[in-house]
Amino acid sequence: MPDSDPIVLLKDVRYRWPGRKSFGLNIRHLELARAETVLLLGESGSGKSTLLSLICGTVAAGQGQVLLAGTDLASLTPGQRDRFRAEQIGLIFQQFNLLPFASVLDNIALPLQFAPTRRTRVDNAAQEARRLCIALGLPDDLLTARAGTLSVGQQQRVAAARALIGTPPLIVADEPTSSLDAETQGNFLELLFAQSRAHATSLLMVSHDARLADQFDRVIQMADVAQSLRDAA
Amino acid sequence: MILRLAFASLSARALTVGMTILAIALSVALFLGVEKIRTGAKASFADTISGTDLIVGARSGSVQLLLYSVFRIGNATNNMTWESYQDLAARPEVDWIVPISLGDSHRQFRVMGTTTAFFERYKYRSGQSLSVAGGAIMDDLFDAVIGADVAATLGYEVGAPIVVAHGLASFTEHKDQPFRVSGILEKTGTPVDRTVIVSLEAIEAIHVDWRNGAQIPGQSTSADAIRQMTLEPQAVTAALIGTQSRLQVFGLQRAINEYPQEPLLAILPGVALQELWQIVSIAETALIGVSGMVVVTALIGMMATIFSSLNERRREMAIFRAMGARPRAVLGLLVLEAVLMAAIGAALGLALLYAGLFIGQPLIDSAFGLWLPIEPPTLREVWVLLGVVTAGAIVSMVPAYRAYRMSLADGMMVRT
Ligand SMILES: Nc1ncnc2c1ncn2[C@@H]1O[C@H](COP(=O)(O)OP(=O)(O)O)[C@@H](O)[C@H]1O
Ligand SMILES: [Mg+2]
Repeated sequence: MPDSDPIVLLKDVRYRWPGRKSFGLNIRHLELARAETVLLLGESGSGKSTLLSLICGTVAAGQGQVLLAGTDLASLTPGQRDRFRAEQIGLIFQQFNLLPFASVLDNIALPLQFAPTRRTRVDNAAQEARRLCIALGLPDDLLTARAGTLSVGQQQRVAAARALIGTPPLIVADEPTSSLDAETQGNFLELLFAQSRAHATSLLMVSHDARLADQFDRVIQMADVAQSLRDAA
Repeated sequence: MILRLAFASLSARALTVGMTILAIALSVALFLGVEKIRTGAKASFADTISGTDLIVGARSGSVQLLLYSVFRIGNATNNMTWESYQDLAARPEVDWIVPISLGDSHRQFRVMGTTTAFFERYKYRSGQSLSVAGGAIMDDLFDAVIGADVAATLGYEVGAPIVVAHGLASFTEHKDQPFRVSGILEKTGTPVDRTVIVSLEAIEAIHVDWRNGAQIPGQSTSADAIRQMTLEPQAVTAALIGTQSRLQVFGLQRAINEYPQEPLLAILPGVALQELWQIVSIAETALIGVSGMVVVTALIGMMATIFSSLNERRREMAIFRAMGARPRAVLGLLVLEAVLMAAIGAALGLALLYAGLFIGQPLIDSAFGLWLPIEPPTLREVWVLLGVVTAGAIVSMVPAYRAYRMSLADGMMVRT
C-alpha cells in the first residue's frame, strides 16, 4: 500500500442506519490527502458522526467504496477491520473518551494493545506516554492517576495523547473541543496541530463551530459533500 | 495490561463486585464444608470398628444393631440371654468373644459393661488398639475406665468417685454403689471416648436392689455385701466376635441367625456399614444437591450483577471497540472479569473453609465427636474449585454475549 494513496477516499457511498427510514447519507466523493488537516463542518444531526463511523469501518457502507490508506474496508473481515482501524486511526471523541477506572498511562497505551505495528513504533510505552503528556501540557505525575479523576480538559488531552501514540497516519476527532471552554479549546487545538504536524499525520476533525476554520488546510461543508436525506417520509 | 484493566474495572465497582465475590466465597465454603463433614463423618464411622468379624445381638435391624452396639446411638429393644452368649462362646469357630452390656449412664455419657478382653479385642482405625493414658484398666468390681472425652468434659482424674445412673438420662442414680475411676483412655475419635467402661459384674452389682427399673423399697445392699455375691449376668446387650478363620464367618453368621433357642442376629460390621451408607446416601445426595444449588445461586447472582452493569458500561465497551478491540475481545473481557470474580470467590471460600475448620474443629469434636482433619485441599476439592471457576465463565457467557451484540450494534458510538 503505497503512501501516495490518499489516506481517506469515499466513492459513491450510501448509508442508512438499519431500521431508520428518516435518515440516509449519500457521499459522491470525499478525499483526504496524507498530512492534510481538514475540518468537516455540519449542523447537528447532519450525519458527521455517521460519516466517521464509515471511515473507521465500524459501520459498513451499503453501497460504494470506503478506502482507508488505499485499502477497501469492505475487502476485510470484521476482525481485520478492527485491527486495521487500530493501526491506521487515532480517535478522539467529544467526551467520555477514557476508561475512568484505568490509569492515564494505561488509557494512553490501550490502542497499542490492538495494533501490533503501531506498537513496534513505540520502544517504551510509558516513556512515550510521558513525552506526549508533557508535549500536550499535562503534568507528568498525572500518568498514574485514575483517568476518571481528571478534569474534562485534561481528559481530552489524554485522549489526544492516546490518539497520537505510535503515530497512526490519521487522527479522527469528533467534536473534541465542544465540551471545553473557549480558552482550553484554543490551547488544545494548538497542541493537537503541533503534534500532528510533527509526525505528518492527517487530521480529520468534525465540528459545528465555523470559527475554527482558518486553522485547517481545508474546510469541508457536510452539505457540499453529502446529501443527507432527512425526513424522507 | 488487559488483566490489569480487568482488575481496575472490577475494583472501580468494588462494592457490588465485593458482594458478588463474598456470595461466591460463602457458597463455596458451605459446599466444601458440607463435603468435609460428610467425608469426615463417613471416615470416622468406617474407622470406628475393625478386627471384629461379627456383631451379635437380639434380633432387630442390622443397622440398628450396629448403631447401638458400636456407635452408642439408639437403644437395644431386647437383650440376648447369658445362656445364648455362653453357647456362642463355646462354639469351635469362635476365637474370641466380648460381651457388651448397655443401658446405664453417667451424666450424659453411656456406661458399658464388658470384660477386660474388650481392651485387647476392640480395634479402631484399621487395627489400632485402645491404650490407657493414665491409671489402669479395671481391676476391682467398682472400677471404671473412662474415655478421653468423659474425663475432659467432667474433669475427672484417676481415683475420682463416680455414680452410675440406671437408664439413660434418668434421675434415679445408683447412689449406693460409688464407682472409682481406675483409668482414663487415650483419645480415639470413636464413641469409646464418650463411654464409661465397667465390668459386666459391676452392671449386675448396680442392679442388685432393682427390679423392673425401680428400686425395691427399703432395700439397700451395702457394697461389701455385694462383693460377697456371685454376680452372674442374666443377659448382655450384644457381643463382638472374632472367628478362628475368616472362612468361617458366613457359616457362623448363618448358624447364629438360625439359633433355635432365641431370635438372634449376627452382622458383619462392614456389610452393615454399607447398608447404613445406603440409608444415608439419600440425605447425602440431598445435602450435596442443596449446597450445590447455593453455589449455583451465587453464580447466577454474579450473572445478574454483570447484566445490570452492562448498560452503564456501554461507553467503556465502545471505547474498547474504538481502540480496535473486536467484539469478541469485549466478550472475552467480560468473561475474564467473571473468571476473576469466581476465582477470587473460590479462593476466598477455601480460606473461609480453613478458617472455619480451625475455629470449628474443637467445637464439632466436642459436640458431635467428629474430628475433622485440617489437611491440604484434596484433589476432589481442587476439582470443585476449578468447577466453580469454569461454571462462572460459562454463566458469564450469557451477559457477555449480550455485550457482544450491543458492541456490534453500538460500534464506537454510544448515543447518550
Ligand atoms: N447507532 C445509530 N443507530 C441508528 N441511528 C443512528 C445511530 N447513530 C446515529 N443515528 C442517526 O443518524 C443521524 C445522523 O446522526 P449523526 O451522524 O450522529 O449526526 P451528527 O454527528 O452530524 O450530529 C441521526 O438522525 C441519528 O439519529
Ligand atoms: Mg455527532
